[in-house]
Amino acid sequence: MGSLETERTTVGWAARDPSGVLSPYTYNLRDTGAEDVYIKVLCCGLCHSDIHQAKNDLGMSNYPMVPGHEVVGEVVEVGSEVTRFRVGERVGVGIVVGCCGGCTPCKSDLEQYCSKKIWNYNDVYTDGKPTQGGFAGEMVVHQKFVVKIPEGMEPEQVAPLLCAGITVYSPLRHFGLTASGLRGGILGLGGVGHMGVKIAKAMGHHVTVISSSEKKKEEALEQLGADAYLVSSDEEAMKSAIDSLDYIIDTVPVVHPLEPYILLLKLNGKLIITGVINAPLQFMSPLIMLGRKSITGTFIGSTKETEEMLEFCKKKDVTSQIEVVKMDYINEAFARLAKNDVRYRFVVDVAGSQLDQ
Amino acid sequence: MASSEAERKTVGWAARDQSGILSPYTYTLRQPSALNSFFHDFWNTGPEDVYIKVLCCGLCHRDTDIHQAKNDLGSSRYPMVPGHEVVGEVIEVGSEVMKFKVGERVGVGLVVWCCRNCGACKAGLEQYCNKKIFNFNDVCTDGKPTQGGFAQHMVVDQKFVVKIPEGMESEQVAPLLCAGITVYSPLRHLGLIGSGRRGGILGLGGVGHMGVKLAKAMGHHVTVISSSVMKEEVALKHLGADAYLVSSDEDAMNSAADSLDYIIDTMPVSHPLEPYLVLLKVDGKLVLTGIINTPLQFASPMVMMGRKSIMGTFIGSTKETEEMLCFCKDKGLTSQIEAVKMDYINEAFQRVMRKDVRYRFVVDVAGSKLDM
Repeated sequence: MGSLETERTTVGWAARDPSGVLSPYTYNLRDTGAEDVYIKVLCCGLCHSDIHQAKNDLGMSNYPMVPGHEVVGEVVEVGSEVTRFRVGERVGVGIVVGCCGGCTPCKSDLEQYCSKKIWNYNDVYTDGKPTQGGFAGEMVVHQKFVVKIPEGMEPEQVAPLLCAGITVYSPLRHFGLTASGLRGGILGLGGVGHMGVKIAKAMGHHVTVISSSEKKKEEALEQLGADAYLVSSDEEAMKSAIDSLDYIIDTVPVVHPLEPYILLLKLNGKLIITGVINAPLQFMSPLIMLGRKSITGTFIGSTKETEEMLEFCKKKDVTSQIEVVKMDYINEAFARLAKNDVRYRFVVDVAGSQLDQ
Repeated sequence: MASSEAERKTVGWAARDQSGILSPYTYTLRQPSALNSFFHDFWNTGPEDVYIKVLCCGLCHRDTDIHQAKNDLGSSRYPMVPGHEVVGEVIEVGSEVMKFKVGERVGVGLVVWCCRNCGACKAGLEQYCNKKIFNFNDVCTDGKPTQGGFAQHMVVDQKFVVKIPEGMESEQVAPLLCAGITVYSPLRHLGLIGSGRRGGILGLGGVGHMGVKLAKAMGHHVTVISSSVMKEEVALKHLGADAYLVSSDEDAMNSAADSLDYIIDTMPVSHPLEPYLVLLKVDGKLVLTGIINTPLQFASPMVMMGRKSIMGTFIGSTKETEEMLCFCKDKGLTSQIEAVKMDYINEAFQRVMRKDVRYRFVVDVAGSKLDM
């Protein structure tokens, strides 16, 4: 009987307080419900927003908190109503693990925009228990939020696609910006930015990386395949690039001016914001009126879109540039990511790490 | 020969300085050069030009342009004859003008020239040409200042002259040439012309009132959003809005969260955006129409968590304007206006600034004595 059995547990690395330092933490996982998938975590990417959450930057953190939302794992068990996945299959999990199912976004395969969505960590599940993320041995996830991974893709390569990749793919697809020949700008060259360059190039776009410094120029052009590199403080260069871009994916995670980038957009151009920034961004209305430009935002993608993106990446051979580390390096990785000292995503080899030290 | 003829003059009411007060001013209208005239059989109107007698002209915030005439945007050249919602009658057409005939009623809006070469021009979106020339307070290709519609006559390139369908009253058409097209163009561009949408109209001045009427004519559910309760009855009973939201009413604003497909934001001054972003559904659009010279702000999660857009729009093309006029005629759409004579114009400016007009002044230019 369920009530007499011990619940199964797992070990994750949790932040205990706003210092954000992670250490081993044992907690219960729910039993595999009819629609659940019990997953052994293989690896998990580290994203800038994991730092914000672990350190309570948004003022909403509950501890202990196991972060990590770019999860690749292997199916260990499926519930009785799960037909999409089989034991042993490789799957992915992103930042959303629950939604209401009844609202318009949920019914339109846009569950990431459900106003009652449940985050895969630092949230409360429908059973009243806290959700915990992917820097852990195992997870139990509702099948609706489990992503099929095409055969032949390396788990560590896939992990960054589950947040950074889909964050770029989803708006380009939604706004009809996938045709080849478009001219795109990628503002900021961190985890999301680097995926932006790779995915936009794979779509056949001319890609300009826009950055605050020269530092990443060579790698942007030679390693990531960008076509051009603009330093935002170079007035002359910025002036010559006015009215040249169909879109800009803005990955800057802190407050920054918008106007220099709005000027780079062509008629009908879109500035697509992907960074959660809690202080106001500003612009003057004439800058978007005279050119019918838009400032818009985007948040990851649906399970369906994520699967489509993975197929696209497999077909176009899009790989991420990553640094694989073990779990005991995670705090060091957090510190380096906070200084942008990574090319371009840390991926923790969870299955290959000793978690319960 | 044109060179020995008297220049073609007209009288308009011009602002002379930053006070913005208008008074009679005589100036010359463009004519073809002597050489051009010679080759075009002595015509006094350039080959592509249309010489128009002004019947009436609407008064827009942009022209009291308190901004322009009162130099708020810092770029005024005096003397300046404002007025860009012009309805007139064709007096003469140039040799290459086939679209219009003498005696026909036509309209002129804010743009009177474009480069014809850039992406915008080639896409039929000349209002977005970076080199466009405004119908007043600008400099024409001949180096002369452009002057607007509070005048007896204008000479305008045919590309920017709008055909007016038969059977529409001139004073009714005037506000459509700026206020109307300002709303129609983005709704058309966004594919929101079909019925069944839920729209918000923020602000109930000239553009706002046209927004309500156009959106209702399209079959939308329309919510007027305003900072005061004062216009509620008028919005619901006279303009036909379906709902009225007072932006300071927290409870009402909360209940209306996530309910609108779009909001046409007609506010001409700085204002918060976030309370209105909250009202939009997923993929909703906040369409800005007001030229505001101080920064607007928002926090990024407000647009990300709902994939909402803040978009700007600027009038419409000649073609879109003509399409809109046909739509308005078809739907029997009328503007709510107050017709005045030219000698009332300065008072009208003051009243527009005090928001004391329901909802557009239209100056009966042809019925006024201009050269007092």
